[in-house]
Amino acid sequence: MDFIVSDEQQQLRDSLQKFISKEYGFEARKAIIASKQGFSDKIWAQFADMGILGVAFDEAHGGFGGSSVDTMLVITELGRGIVVEPYFSTVVLGGSLIDLAGSEAQKQAILSEVAQGKMLLAAALGEPNSRYELNSVETTAKRDGAGYVLNGHKAVVLHGESADKLVVSARSAGGARDAKGISLFLVDRKSAGVAVQGYRTLDGMRAAEIKFANVKVGADALLGEAENALPVLERAADFAVSALCAEAVGSMEALNAATFEYLKTRQQFGRPIGSFQALQHRAVDMMIHCEQSRSLALLASVKVQSEDPNERKRTVSAAKIQIGRSGRVICEEAIQLHGGMGVSNELAAGHYAKRLAMINATLGDVDHHSERFANAA
Amino acid sequence: MDLNYTKEEQAFRDEVHGFVHDNLPKDIADKVLHHKRLVKDDWVRWQKILFKKGWVAPNWPKEFGGCAWTPIQQHIFDEECGYAGAPRVMPFGLVMVAPVIQNFGSQWQKEYYLPRILSSEDWWAQGYSEPGSGSDLASLKTKARFVKSAQGEHYIVDGQKTWTTLGQYADMIFCLVRTDSTVKKQEGISFLLIDMKSPGITVRPIITLDEEHEVNEVFFDNVKVPARNLVGEEGKGWTYAKFLLGHERTGIARVGESKRELEQLKAIAGKQLRNGKPLMQDPRFRDRVTAVEVELMALEITLLRVLSSRTKPGPEASILKIKGTDIQQALTELTMEAVGPYALPFRPEARAGDWHGEPVGPEYAAAAAAVYFNYRKTSIYGGSNEIQRNIISQMVLGL
Repeated sequence: MDFIVSDEQQQLRDSLQKFISKEYGFEARKAIIASKQGFSDKIWAQFADMGILGVAFDEAHGGFGGSSVDTMLVITELGRGIVVEPYFSTVVLGGSLIDLAGSEAQKQAILSEVAQGKMLLAAALGEPNSRYELNSVETTAKRDGAGYVLNGHKAVVLHGESADKLVVSARSAGGARDAKGISLFLVDRKSAGVAVQGYRTLDGMRAAEIKFANVKVGADALLGEAENALPVLERAADFAVSALCAEAVGSMEALNAATFEYLKTRQQFGRPIGSFQALQHRAVDMMIHCEQSRSLALLASVKVQSEDPNERKRTVSAAKIQIGRSGRVICEEAIQLHGGMGVSNELAAGHYAKRLAMINATLGDVDHHSERFANAA
Repeated sequence: MDLNYTKEEQAFRDEVHGFVHDNLPKDIADKVLHHKRLVKDDWVRWQKILFKKGWVAPNWPKEFGGCAWTPIQQHIFDEECGYAGAPRVMPFGLVMVAPVIQNFGSQWQKEYYLPRILSSEDWWAQGYSEPGSGSDLASLKTKARFVKSAQGEHYIVDGQKTWTTLGQYADMIFCLVRTDSTVKKQEGISFLLIDMKSPGITVRPIITLDEEHEVNEVFFDNVKVPARNLVGEEGKGWTYAKFLLGHERTGIARVGESKRELEQLKAIAGKQLRNGKPLMQDPRFRDRVTAVEVELMALEITLLRVLSSRTKPGPEASILKIKGTDIQQALTELTMEAVGPYALPFRPEARAGDWHGEPVGPEYAAAAAAVYFNYRKTSIYGGSNEIQRNIISQMVLGL
């Protein structure tokens, strides 16, 4: 057993960290968020140059043949910078759905484009009534000659408005919550019948409600096995959750560091407020929450590759539970310890806190994963 | 990065598992698993079995009879022993005083005491806390006066120690005593090894909330201690005490024991019914168990990260104490709640190993509430969790 990152991984991490701290300061980020698109093409192109967009894809598909641990290292740095570019939606969730479910031809066509920064993806999985349940799919896919016709409403699709291609879950058999009967489709966002209502998210990103009205797709749009997509959907979602956990750890570290620095510099009653034990002990608890979260994020990044689905689900859900609970504590304590400044939008601290809270509401909150954890025992 | 155990580590685990399975006396494991009362002989018997195998002092340097295990091996050993229901090796001699003697003791002290510690011939107690000196340990007042007489050189000790765990069994006690009250409080402290049979020593039991006799007060009235029982130099006791604190690190998280208690809790909650269904299926209760289980999974990795770091565990180890005891206490709380109204019957007599009376309620319920109250100690002893937070705040966060 060892926790050592390789020299190459260390280099990747260092160069990304340097890049983000130089190019992605608070004001730069603010300007990016305020832009029409909500993220920066220039930053995205630089990510492509650095190789992080294809870090986990096979070399045969234009990637770098890295592991889930490489993804974890990268996204932790993105979390440290609360980077709003569509890395999670395109590379992590979209990318892993293509990687796990796609045919060789689909992978060839899409993953290398993603790795080069030429194509954006979004996963349209959730629905107004589905909450976090991947099996809860009311969007329909009806056979139409060799192809399909899609109808339905997908909710809170991260970066749905900017995506070139959408990965859509739709049902062609069974009841609304049945495990069987779900298929995945690759749909051009600009296809006739696709209506996208984009909006900002609380944490500075973008998302969209997407409605499908008689959207016709060909047989080649089918991604993976027809009517049996749930297992692969769960695997991809687990990978995405493990990455979210790693991202959260980066944000927790940065938020803790900012808070501890504030405790050292803010003076009241003639001394730094960090000299007060009531605040010191809360700071220590924030640090312990971060360390416990890091431990399970590490474990999840490794066990997400487990062949045993129960071990995979248990570990990933455990990590998401820990990150959800610890993220909430760190979010609230950081705001409180910053005093009035904590509730100001002009300070980075609150933006980290927002991201941590939204991560809990992405792909399953503490309650959702607590149930899943117990069921996977 | 590889979070799987290596083949060698797995083989080591199998070896430990096999040994514990074959050699841990069933009556002792039974007591531990059912929270019955352990007596001196239970600990000594198990320690002698480990001694024979060469595993009783894995933390010692090889030259003194240690195992030269890696930190990961040490963790595997702790975890297997804890999980199987082995009693914890009494730390006062083997883990606490021995490294101090090895590093700062005289040749005579090494030759005389270390073999007796290793073979469990001497039972040691810790003489640190005093009625007026808990978290502020350096304020301690027990006095040792150096005297030279026809009978040789001695210290005369007067004062009181308290919370002395299992002091009723002790042959020896290592004490922090004040030898100089004219200097800074930390600099006037010395480290003495005192024979518990010395005239002038009185041990008085302190009965804890579970009505058990686990801790004591120890009174010293004009106790004569040979000068050769001073460890190292006069006035350096505080330095040795801090050195000692750095030595109880690997076992402090108690991951193995907590895994065992978690499993028992799940078994109990699987048998107890709520609304006609196993309590374990009740979402309210189940989620509370899950919360602890997740923290325990995280703690195990946190522990392994601390152990694997190339530097010696430092103040970060305080995290292990805080989180480890949080989890232990949460498990006792859930276990007490799991047994429902059977938390009420209190029958200390049923906790004796040789008790065969008529049980009240399920056997697993008998000690649940008593153990809950007993375990309140964990966040207080060994440096209270508040002191641990002070340590992290100052040494790690720099506040």
